[in-house]
Amino acid sequence: MLLIPCPWCGNRPENEFRYAGPAGIVRPAAPASVDDGTWMAYLYLRDNPKGRHTERWRHVHGCGRFFNCVRDTVTDRIAGSFKPGEAPPS
Amino acid sequence: MGEAGRFSFLSLLWHGTGKAWARQWRDAKPKASYDVIVIGAGGHGLATAYYLATEHGIRDVAVLDKGWLGGGNTGRNTTIIRSNYLRPESAALYEHALKLWENLAQTLNYNVMYSARGVLMLAHNHHDVQVLKRHVHANRMQGIDNQWLTPAQAKAFCPPLDVGSQVRYPVLGAALQRRGGVARHDAVAWGYARAASAMGVDIIQNCEVTGIVRGPRGAATGVETNCGPIAARRIGVAAAGHTSVVMDMAGVRMPLESFPLQALVSEPVKPVMPCVVMSNTVHAYVSQSDKGELVIGAGTDAYPSYSQAGGLHIACETLAATCELFPSFRRLRMLRSWGGIVDTTPDRSPIIGLTPVPELFVNCGWGTGGFKATPGSGQVFAATVARGEPHPLAAPFGLDRFLTGRLIDETAAAAVAH
Repeated sequence: MLLIPCPWCGNRPENEFRYAGPAGIVRPAAPASVDDGTWMAYLYLRDNPKGRHTERWRHVHGCGRFFNCVRDTVTDRIAGSFKPGEAPPS
Repeated sequence: MGEAGRFSFLSLLWHGTGKAWARQWRDAKPKASYDVIVIGAGGHGLATAYYLATEHGIRDVAVLDKGWLGGGNTGRNTTIIRSNYLRPESAALYEHALKLWENLAQTLNYNVMYSARGVLMLAHNHHDVQVLKRHVHANRMQGIDNQWLTPAQAKAFCPPLDVGSQVRYPVLGAALQRRGGVARHDAVAWGYARAASAMGVDIIQNCEVTGIVRGPRGAATGVETNCGPIAARRIGVAAAGHTSVVMDMAGVRMPLESFPLQALVSEPVKPVMPCVVMSNTVHAYVSQSDKGELVIGAGTDAYPSYSQAGGLHIACETLAATCELFPSFRRLRMLRSWGGIVDTTPDRSPIIGLTPVPELFVNCGWGTGGFKATPGSGQVFAATVARGEPHPLAAPFGLDRFLTGRLIDETAAAAVAH
């Protein structure tokens, strides 16, 4: 079980959180006018990297807020978390 | 059957007198080029090579693996075989595989220990009952065996199951596919490897692909590996959880996410479990191996990972559910647990077919349930690679479905909740 650093509540066990997908996926501003390839990329294509992964979590059984987390997908080690709008840790 | 010889009653008798067995397949070194390279020596990749050789006359084939043969999800799954999927496209594909399973040991001359002991899928609430009954009806219209059992009938079919009303998730009924069952997972990889190797296919272990070479027109023309470059006319990717990593080498983003999926086995006991039992709702699935171990499938972790290990709490939840369903198993000790990395698609259906890169083909996205499809997957992928166009059964499963939106939603049939 991961120990996840919520930027507001501090370190909490993973089962207080819900994973909310990769971070930084931006919905096209005008869905009706983008081509199918762009829409497919937004909906379905994922980097699925082996290594550094920036992802969203929600502290559902805590403060309820969304935040971002940087985790290595090979070691599962978390480099740090940051609030929406902030820059990710190096 | 090449150097290894055919297995028969007489060969067993002969070797029973102390004569040593020969190697069952060649551990090959790579040549400079091949007609076809298959990336991934798991069940799907080895089956692909076998059917390329037997059904399409393409024997100049190399199967590359970064580790050892069958050491990925082929050796890590819970060996369940069934074809009771909902959509006609999936039912046709998995039923095709099931029919191949029925004669696979004879076809390969290798005992894959396919045992049609029946797969029982439990319903614990009103929604489960509706979903499973819908599957039963859909399957019967597709000509696939599946039947609805009352709790008493389920208990008669699987005596250790607790169908009482005092359990937290009472059994309200079950769907039974009698032709479903299990097979020996390692033997499937070994059997395909042996038969393919005897036809001239090179199986190259500890050979990790580090790059995909592209020609002047963009087509894939070979691979870079830690054993040097290898050229190929065509490349088939069957890399399961690492498909995104391999496809990224060709600049292709995939609709895949890789998650750890865990399994456990108990200490071996005498036969107690006559069939396979699966429960999506409480998330447990159980069968008993021929060695006597209970083979228990757990869930996926919540987050993508390549760690081949999942969180302990995931396994604990499954064991809690298993003990609830089978009170007599409570005192069993678990011997081993492990994880495999499964590549899941948004619609929980596989991807088989062409890619945006000419001469590069992909077979992936089998998620939590690829083992059952191994023979069918290999056969339709071999046809797709050989002909350069999708096999009719594979056609609905192309990458283009994510562009057209014609998804094949099997979230309810995939036994593991994601």
